[in-house]
Amino acid sequence: MILAGVAPGDRVYQLAITAFALVVPALLVLIAIAIGVAAWPAFATAGLSFITSSEWNVQAGKFGAAPAIYGTLVSSFIALLLATPLAVGVAIFLSEIAPKWLRQPVAFLVDLLAAIPSVVYGLWGIFFLVPMLREHVVPFLRDTLHLGSTPLFSGPAYGPSMLAAGVILAIMALPYISAVTREVLLAVPRSQRDAALALGATKWEMIWDAVIPYARSGIIGGIILGLGRALGETMAVTMVIGNRPEISASLLAPGYTMASLIANEFTEATSDLHLSALMAVGAVLFTITLIVNAIARWLVWRVASGPRS
Amino acid sequence: MNVAAPVTPTVEARNFSFWYGKKQALYDITLTMPPRSITALIGPSGCGKSTFLRSINRMNDTIPGARHEGSILLRERDVYARDMDVVHLRHRVGMVFQRWNPFPKSIYDNVAYGPRINSGLRGRELDEVVERSLRRAALWEEVKDRLRQSALSLSGGQQQRLCIARALANQPEVLLLDEPASALDPGSTQKIEQLLSELKSELAIVIVTHNLQQAGRVSDYTAFFYLGRLVECDDTARLFTTPREQQTEAYITGRFG
Repeated sequence: MILAGVAPGDRVYQLAITAFALVVPALLVLIAIAIGVAAWPAFATAGLSFITSSEWNVQAGKFGAAPAIYGTLVSSFIALLLATPLAVGVAIFLSEIAPKWLRQPVAFLVDLLAAIPSVVYGLWGIFFLVPMLREHVVPFLRDTLHLGSTPLFSGPAYGPSMLAAGVILAIMALPYISAVTREVLLAVPRSQRDAALALGATKWEMIWDAVIPYARSGIIGGIILGLGRALGETMAVTMVIGNRPEISASLLAPGYTMASLIANEFTEATSDLHLSALMAVGAVLFTITLIVNAIARWLVWRVASGPRS
Repeated sequence: MNVAAPVTPTVEARNFSFWYGKKQALYDITLTMPPRSITALIGPSGCGKSTFLRSINRMNDTIPGARHEGSILLRERDVYARDMDVVHLRHRVGMVFQRWNPFPKSIYDNVAYGPRINSGLRGRELDEVVERSLRRAALWEEVKDRLRQSALSLSGGQQQRLCIARALANQPEVLLLDEPASALDPGSTQKIEQLLSELKSELAIVIVTHNLQQAGRVSDYTAFFYLGRLVECDDTARLFTTPREQQTEAYITGRFG
C-alpha cells in the first residue's frame, strides 16, 4: 500500500532497503529463539534449581548456575560502585570546569579506554592489578581501615578475586558512563544555568542544583549502559576472577560469572545436556542484559524528550 | 543626556564600554537608573541593550573573551570592583529572562532556591518568604493549593511570573528583565506589566523591550540604544513625544528597527 504510485526503480529500492532493515531485528529474534530452544532441555532438567542451586556437576547432570549469576551481578555492581563517581566526576570536569583546550584531549583519552581490547585488560589485570591488590590494597583495607573483620574482606586473599574483576570492569565501564554523562550535561540548556547563576548560585551550586538534576535521568541511562557493558564482559573477567563456582561473601575470594562459565566450558561441552546448560546460562545473561538495556533506552529517551511542560 | 535624579541612583553606568572578544558591543554608556522607577531600554536587535542589562549583574562574565571599560555602580559601588563578590551581587540584583526558565522542581522549591542558597533559610521563615514573593508576583492565589506541583505544570505566563517571584525571593534592590513578555500572549503580558507597576514602589526596575508601546505604558524613563551607543535617555513621556535626536524619532515612529 505504501508503494502505490511509485516508480519501479523506487519500488525495488524501497523493498531492498526495507528487507535490509528487517534483517537486523529478525536476527535478534532468531538468536533469542535459537538460544531458548537450545537451552530448553537444561531448564527442563534442572527446573528452578538452575538459578538457585550452587551445584554444577556435569557428570551428575546437576546444573546450578547460582554462583555464576551471583558473580556476574556482584562484579558488575562493584564495577558501577567504583566507576560511577569517577565517570561522573570526569564528565563534570570536562563539560563544566576544564579549560577549553584541555577538554578534547582528555575526553579523547577517556574514550580511548573503551578501545583497549579486553584481553589486554585481562593481561594487565593478571600482571599488574592482581599483585597490586594483593600487596597494597588488601593490606591497606585490612590493616589501615580495619575492614578485615567484616565478611566482605575476610578470608585468604591469594590473588584472583571478585574484587579484581570488579575493578577491571569499573575501568572498562567508565568510558561509557562518562561519555553519555558528558553529552547529557552539555545538553542542559543555557537558560537553566543562567537561572541558577542569576539567583546568586556559585558555580558549584549551579552544577549541583541546576545542571545535574536536569540531566539526572540521562546520567542514570549512562550508568545502566555501563552496567550492560560490565554484565557481558567475558575475557578480562575470566582472566582475573579465579573461576571458582562458589558463592562467597568475601570479595577477596575467587568467583565466577556467567560469561566466564560459558567461555571456560564451551570447548569441553560434549554431551547435549551440558551444551544445553551453557545455552541456558547464555539465555539468563541475555535476558538480564536485555532488561538492563531496555531500562537505559527508556531513561535516555525520557531525558531526550525533555521534562514535560 | 542624563535624567535629573533627585536621589542617589540605584544603578549608574559611567563611560561603560564592552567587548565580546574583538567586537565592541557597547560604546561609552553613561546612564542612571533611579530607585522606585522603571527604566526601559529600547532599540533595534543587536543594539546592545541586552548586553548592557547583563553587564549590570555581570552575567556576561561567563562569556569567554568578554571585557569592559568604565564602571557600573550599584548604590555607588562599582560592580566590577576587585572586592565585589559576584555571587552577592547577583543576590542583590534579580534577573528575569526572555524565555521563562523555572527549574524542573516544584513551585515552592523554585521560589525557595535563592533564599536557601543565599541565606540558608528553612522551615516557617522560608514558607513566609515563598508566600510573600508569590504574592508580590501576583501568583499566590493561582498556586497556593499546589505549591508542591511541578513548576512546569504552569502556563507560560504563570511560569514567567514564577520566575519573577523567584527573583523577588532574594529581596533584590534591582530587578532586571530581558524582554520578559515577548513570548507571551496579550493577557499574560498585561498581567506582567501591571505587576511591574506595582513592584516599582519597592525597587528599581530595568526592562529591555522590543515593544515600544510596552515601554511607553510601563516605564518612567526610556533609554534608546542604537549600534552599541546610548542615543538618548529621557523621561518616557518626553522621549516619545519630543525626542531630541533624529535617530530616536525615526525609531519610535517606526521608520527603522
